[in-house]
Amino acid sequence: MTFARKYWIVLIISGLATCAFAQDNHPHSTGTPTEHPHDAGDHPQTEQMSAGNAEADHSEGAHSPCGHSVSEEVEFNAGDNAVHHISDANAIHLWGNSYMPLPVILYAPGHGWTVSTTAAFDAHHHGNGEVTMDGYVLVHGNVMRIQNPQYAEGEVKVDDYTHKDTTIEGKSKTLYYAVINGQCNLLDTKTTFDGGLMGGGVTSFYDYSITRNVFTMLLTVLILFLVFRSVARTATKTHGHAPKGLQNFIEPFYTFIRDEVAKPNIGPKYEKYMPYLLSAFFFILGLNLIGQIPFFPGGANVTGNISITIVLALLTFVISTFSAKRHFWEHTLWMPGVPAVLKIFILTPIEILGIFLKPFTLLLRLFANITAGHIVILSFVSLIFIFGGAGKSMSGSITGIIASVPLSLFMMTLELLVAFLQAFIFTMLSATYIGTAIEEPHPHH
Amino acid sequence: MLFLADFSVIKPEPGLLFWTTVIFLIFWFMMSRFAFKPIGEALKKREQDIQDALDEAKKAREEMAHLEAKNEQLLAEAREERAQMLKEAKDAKEQIISEAKERANAEYKRKVESALHDIENHKNAAMVELKNQTGKLAIEIAEKVLRKELSNKAEQEAYAHNLATSIDLN
Repeated sequence: MTFARKYWIVLIISGLATCAFAQDNHPHSTGTPTEHPHDAGDHPQTEQMSAGNAEADHSEGAHSPCGHSVSEEVEFNAGDNAVHHISDANAIHLWGNSYMPLPVILYAPGHGWTVSTTAAFDAHHHGNGEVTMDGYVLVHGNVMRIQNPQYAEGEVKVDDYTHKDTTIEGKSKTLYYAVINGQCNLLDTKTTFDGGLMGGGVTSFYDYSITRNVFTMLLTVLILFLVFRSVARTATKTHGHAPKGLQNFIEPFYTFIRDEVAKPNIGPKYEKYMPYLLSAFFFILGLNLIGQIPFFPGGANVTGNISITIVLALLTFVISTFSAKRHFWEHTLWMPGVPAVLKIFILTPIEILGIFLKPFTLLLRLFANITAGHIVILSFVSLIFIFGGAGKSMSGSITGIIASVPLSLFMMTLELLVAFLQAFIFTMLSATYIGTAIEEPHPHH
Repeated sequence: MLFLADFSVIKPEPGLLFWTTVIFLIFWFMMSRFAFKPIGEALKKREQDIQDALDEAKKAREEMAHLEAKNEQLLAEAREERAQMLKEAKDAKEQIISEAKERANAEYKRKVESALHDIENHKNAAMVELKNQTGKLAIEIAEKVLRKELSNKAEQEAYAHNLATSIDLN
């Protein structure tokens, strides 16, 4: 009886969650899919830009051959949809065409700092800004910068945004344009530190905005702090009494990290590293869990963004490397009891590589697990749109919902496990690395 | 291909790197200072309290066991003492009885002896008395007889003669 009731509650909640995703998708899928204003007929795709003339094309200010409008309907693509939803953004999509504006802090070398909010872009449909703001535009919730210095200051009305796939130096790349006064203006995406490996690189501006991910991080950290502060207060106040309330929920985590993670892996000096391990654990867990909520204030794929895992892994790397003892360096750089030739040519290079590989696997594991989970859930939710012909067929959508809800429910449950598991694994491995670094020589050495 | 469909999550972004570092470092500091430290201390204290309480309980139990053993010992001692006392009392009783008996016996004997002695004395006195009486009587009788006998001359002579013959002169 009670089980059946619980099951129904879960089903209803997951149904609501699915609807939230679905609603999020509607703007892409409504409208008239036959409308193709910049179709091949009007503008023969003869100007397939090559690497060389991409810039030239832009400087000419040639109008319209700059690809398809971003508002234009294309066939629903589950992969693109998923990738879009796991990405960071400069505004938080609430529902329909409503966006919660977020602060933007932008820096362009030679232009200086620009501080404002996303509201300045006057974004409505699809999170596309209607106007520029000191040379910046908002394209689908992401800040981009107009390369043309003509628009570097003030507010200019933007007619449309377009995108175009091209191949530069053998790599496929999507170029974005802002159509202003009938002219195409090439847009710069924000600087990324992937060295061009992933299609990014250093561009004309840096985005230090409070993005969706930063906002979620701040919110999570605040919630965690308030919860822990209240627990700490109760714990101090009720000394000599049995623990109660939230304390009973939080303390097992604390003792688990202490007794199962820190003590066995680090050894007697574990206490020094407890704050870091606990902070990392709860930071990751909190973000993983809030990322599971499909609607505001959740839904941000924070721990599935490599920037966040890089910072955490780097901290583990710094802590373990800087607290490393002589014994660790000895065994890493000049392993005793191994022939010198072997050490110089094989062991030492491998060990040195290992020092850097360890944090690398740490950051990749968390990033890949969370991102993969989000993509799978989003793909299952996408079933509704695939079956429903992107919102055109109600019966198809219903079939999609029947297929999608149990699968999404299953994945969300699995992701709940993964949220805890990945937080635990990150903490566990951090503790292991620290433990290896500060290990004291065994008596037989 | 849908716009913005580039896999941006794999590109390290300066803004996110910066904000994550700032937020995490603040989080780390604030949490260790205001949350983990007091919670850890409270936990440690409570664990210590529980350990102390357990130790105390164990000690109390041990003490109790010790006390019990002591009580047992005391009881055994008391029991032994009682037995000892009983035995002593019994012995004393027997001794008193036997002593009393002995004394009684001795008294009895003494009494009997003294009685016998008295009897003997009295008997002797009586005998003496009797002898004296008898002698007196015999003399009286003899006197009377003699008076009567010796009233004629012949008889006197016969008697004298008789006496003379009865005296053995060896």
